[in-house]
Amino acid sequence: MAQKKPNTLFNMASSLFIVTCIAAVAMAGAYNLTKGPIEKVKKQKVEDAIRLVLPAFETIERSAVLPYDGGNDSLILYKAFDTNGELVGTAVETFTNNGFSGHFKIMVGFLPDLTIHNTAVLEHKETPGLGDKMDAAKSDFSEQFKGKNPAKFKLKVDKDGGDVDAITAATISSRGYCDATDRAYQTIVQIKE
Amino acid sequence: MNQFKNFTKGFIKENPVLVLMLGLCPTLGVTTSAINGLGMGLATTFVLIMSNLFISALKGFIPSLVRIPIFIVIIATFVTIVELAMEAYVPALHEQLGLFIPLIVVNCIVLGRAEAFASKNNAFSSIIDGLSMGLGFAFALTLLGTIRELLGSGAIFGFNLLPEGTDGMLIFVLAPGAFLGLGYLMAIMNSTKKS
Repeated sequence: MAQKKPNTLFNMASSLFIVTCIAAVAMAGAYNLTKGPIEKVKKQKVEDAIRLVLPAFETIERSAVLPYDGGNDSLILYKAFDTNGELVGTAVETFTNNGFSGHFKIMVGFLPDLTIHNTAVLEHKETPGLGDKMDAAKSDFSEQFKGKNPAKFKLKVDKDGGDVDAITAATISSRGYCDATDRAYQTIVQIKE
Repeated sequence: MNQFKNFTKGFIKENPVLVLMLGLCPTLGVTTSAINGLGMGLATTFVLIMSNLFISALKGFIPSLVRIPIFIVIIATFVTIVELAMEAYVPALHEQLGLFIPLIVVNCIVLGRAEAFASKNNAFSSIIDGLSMGLGFAFALTLLGTIRELLGSGAIFGFNLLPEGTDGMLIFVLAPGAFLGLGYLMAIMNSTKKS
């Protein structure tokens, strides 16, 4: 075994200093190498979600708005246009704070007449096997929002007197989903006025 | 030291999860499916190999009173690198494992091996030790993940085995299932050791 360096103040300070410096350089290098791919992945994820919730489009225009009911978390609007510059729909990145595990984010696509084209989950922490059924891959819960106009379709679960069939054993997650969708709808209505 | 023995000890004889009972937090947290267990295991393996290598190479330059902070800095550096790489190249897995990747820093296996092995042995043995412990950890996590995925959602590595419309035993996907599964694995492990 190699002889240990004695515990003098200089030895301790200098070895810590050198190790942290090398670590900082290594992490900066890794950060720079992965920065590009990470951004691409994130952008791709949002774009995939927009493509899922809206009909085919050419260009998108991004803007942020505050939700209709106040609060500091803004909703992000993606207006989608076709090749002639005609609006094909608006995708809204919306959220709720009332999920079973708090905050989750979904994307809701509205056609120009404010009919819901489709919805998609962006990120969530709901219970696996129960609340995560709101994900289109896991159950057909989100199907029922397709083609509905919230002016006529009450965005509340049936237990609360609305028109949405809640997921069995995951009423709170379903309620959160309705809340997020409703937030997107109310906000977009407010902007139109 | 016999390198072959050094390599094989992590799987059964000194398996970090099932025998040494280290790193149980990520074990219980991420093993909802086999692929999550495997991903977590491999990420930890990488960190273990690299931290063992560097710590054993630097052991002559580290004054003993500040060794723990230096170990942690080295481990945290590699964990950050792994996290960034996973976020960039396997975003789906990164999303699933989420919080547990940065928590590898405080995984007792990594610091435990640094203290117990790498700071006393040469670089080559330390790499083998890291590989052995890491793969043993990955093996235990994948095994537990497979059991929980099979019983909880009726699938293995995402391939559904149950007929359409039937559900698995939900409890195995939730936290109690992790404890049950791990408990039974440890019991089986112990019973083979005694005989």
